[in-house]
Amino acid sequence: MSASSSNFFSGTADAGALEVSLGPHHPSTHGVFRMNVRMEGETVVKLQPVFGYLHRNHEKIAEKNSWLAAMPYTDRLDYICSGTNNWAYAVAVEKLAGIEVPERAEYLRVIVGEMTRLQNHTAFLGFILGDMGAWGSALMYAFREREKILDLFEELTGARMMLNYARFGGVRCDTPAGWLDKARAYLATYPAFLDEMEQFLTGNEILLSRLQGVGVLSAQRAINGGLSGPVLRASGVDYDIRKVDGYSIYPRLKFRVPRGEVGDCFDRFMLRLLEARESLKILQQALDQIPEGPVVNPAVKQRGFKPPAGEAYGRIEGPKGELGFHLVSNGTEKPYRYHVRPPSLINLTLLEEMCLGTKIADVMVILGSIDIVLGEVDR
Amino acid sequence: MNFFALLKDFLLQFLGLFKNLETLPVECMRLLREFLTKLGELCGITMPQWALDTVSALVLIVAILVTFLVLFALMSVFERKLLARAQNRYGPNRVGPFGLFQPVADGIKMLTKEDLVPRAADKVVHYLAPIVMVAPALMLPVFLPFGRGMVAVDLSVGILAFFALGAGTELAVFMAGWASNNKYSILGAMRAIAQMISYELPLVTSALVVALVAGTLSPTGIAEAQSGYFCGFLPKWFVCTPWGFAACVLFYIGALSESNRCPFDLPEGESEIIAGHLTEYSGFKYAIFFMAEYVGMFAVNGLLVTLFLGGYNAPFPFLEWVPTWCWFFIKLWAVALSMVWVRTTLPRFRIDQMMQFAWKFLLPMSFVTLLAAAAWYYAGQGPKAWMSPAAWSASALIVLLSYLLLGTFCFTRRHSATNRRYLFSE
Repeated sequence: MSASSSNFFSGTADAGALEVSLGPHHPSTHGVFRMNVRMEGETVVKLQPVFGYLHRNHEKIAEKNSWLAAMPYTDRLDYICSGTNNWAYAVAVEKLAGIEVPERAEYLRVIVGEMTRLQNHTAFLGFILGDMGAWGSALMYAFREREKILDLFEELTGARMMLNYARFGGVRCDTPAGWLDKARAYLATYPAFLDEMEQFLTGNEILLSRLQGVGVLSAQRAINGGLSGPVLRASGVDYDIRKVDGYSIYPRLKFRVPRGEVGDCFDRFMLRLLEARESLKILQQALDQIPEGPVVNPAVKQRGFKPPAGEAYGRIEGPKGELGFHLVSNGTEKPYRYHVRPPSLINLTLLEEMCLGTKIADVMVILGSIDIVLGEVDR
Repeated sequence: MNFFALLKDFLLQFLGLFKNLETLPVECMRLLREFLTKLGELCGITMPQWALDTVSALVLIVAILVTFLVLFALMSVFERKLLARAQNRYGPNRVGPFGLFQPVADGIKMLTKEDLVPRAADKVVHYLAPIVMVAPALMLPVFLPFGRGMVAVDLSVGILAFFALGAGTELAVFMAGWASNNKYSILGAMRAIAQMISYELPLVTSALVVALVAGTLSPTGIAEAQSGYFCGFLPKWFVCTPWGFAACVLFYIGALSESNRCPFDLPEGESEIIAGHLTEYSGFKYAIFFMAEYVGMFAVNGLLVTLFLGGYNAPFPFLEWVPTWCWFFIKLWAVALSMVWVRTTLPRFRIDQMMQFAWKFLLPMSFVTLLAAAAWYYAGQGPKAWMSPAAWSASALIVLLSYLLLGTFCFTRRHSATNRRYLFSE
């Protein structure tokens, strides 16, 4: 990456092609992400993602610390949805050590997880409009609602974004008095907001023409690329780990998994809206059914936690896709191997394929529609 | 006669001017000219005629510059406040009452910022580009009639001169893009050129429509042609006619594009190409670009007001006591703030969509308005057309039919939210 190299790609640049390094400091790369793009006019003919600018040695740090110490670090992976990150880690550890989780803790995990999904998808609606150049109007309204969910998080866990809520065999703390009612009351206002958002956004001709038919991904390619989450389902693949694995209390809850037919940016956009509505249904049921009881398995020793030797892969359906942790234990108080399967990174693999032949403006929208967080991509 | 007596005399005269608000600005300038001449005489200098002419021209220039720079300053803060209100925020409210001194703070910031010039830039062109940008933009307002008898340069081909000068700003954009030696800049500059070629055509054609009916290319003549009322109280503005409404919408879209405003802000589309041609500019040069863009926007909005919204004419007979120049600026602000509204509402077009929209819809539609205006003129026998049902129906029919035809066959609506199906699995 020397400053003098004008040609990013192997081989010589043909005349008429313009090579631009979009990023790492670029308003629309959602963090420090770089795309080396070769363009003919404004049409993209080659695209090479370059990442690692936000690499923090997450996995090695986790291997050098105790099992519990990795928990707050997982918050920093996908910092928009920390609630699901530490849930996934807890699921992996519980699978490794064979820990039972009390009923109320499972419910609380689902409530926090689905709220995380809800605020992630809401924020997505704003981010993608920003990528289209809508100057923050949608973003501000999306963030207004997101802030209210963060307020609930703050009251529950003490933190707005870095929740650090899950524990091995449960969650860190019980709900404060009246929190469930407050959450129920707030979420009752949410469908109206989503309706308004959908009406404004999908009724906009420019938005439709910017999203429809852009970055089409076939179901087969999406499966081959190992994609997961809303990006995969937008291509028409019915694959949701909440249904496939049936982890936690999801089999008890009634909800539907939406999927698209075309697999373009518009489907990916709509999937977020539809999933947010399903999350609301889940939340409603979970808030109504939540039983009394302990919130953490008292038999588990959190500090100095030593799972038996072995390995396990635990995964959940994160807001961005399959979030998995592969853990290997050698029976000591530190993980022997700690590996994250980040949905953001793996969903990025087909970025070039989606972008080829589109205009430079579409690249930003396609990147936005994948919904990456660089903290998770680079780790 | 000493200096203080002169000052007192002129102050009294100045206060006397407020009896007639209509002529206030013109008389103020006359008074200022006289004051300067008398002051010269007091100092024992008898000015030759050319010096008097220069002084009176300078007074005019300063007046227009100050007016439009104040408009720019107010717009920069009002736009931010309006955007903020539309986005559920407060906007600037720290500097001065209601944040009104924000432009001063911005100006100080811009002046004191480091002026960076890239090492590989073409330094001369890089330096010249803001000047080339701001000079024609500041010249544009001289052709506009701000009130009855208030036009700086009353050219009989004012509209033509306006567009000829206005097109000069695109050269500056390209100069800036090329000289910066930056890929984003050159992309922005290329977009600006493509956009200019596409949107100048419907813009000029829709202005031509008005010139056709008014029978003159002089902005004053066009504004005068819109004075008076039909049916007793309805304004005879061209926007009230079928062809005028269509041309006004086309002109508005063209004006959005000419002033690089959302949804046509592709040359500086910040989510794609950072800041386009402005990427390598900082400090005061950037401020100059910014100023040129806003003054240019006010100028083109002023032309829109003159061409379609009746210029300085009052909307209703009972409102004629308000001075004409007030009406001009009220309308100017209304159009400018509506552009802020558009900006806060719409996402940006993609380059190919923008071109398609211009060539496949705006251009044919602007030719159609030309035809509709001709039909109006001949079916209604010239100026009598306002009361002629034949003129109204003929031009309305032409505009409506071609709009429907263009919309259905040439510019088919491929995108809709309702043609999508989403499957759910339990």
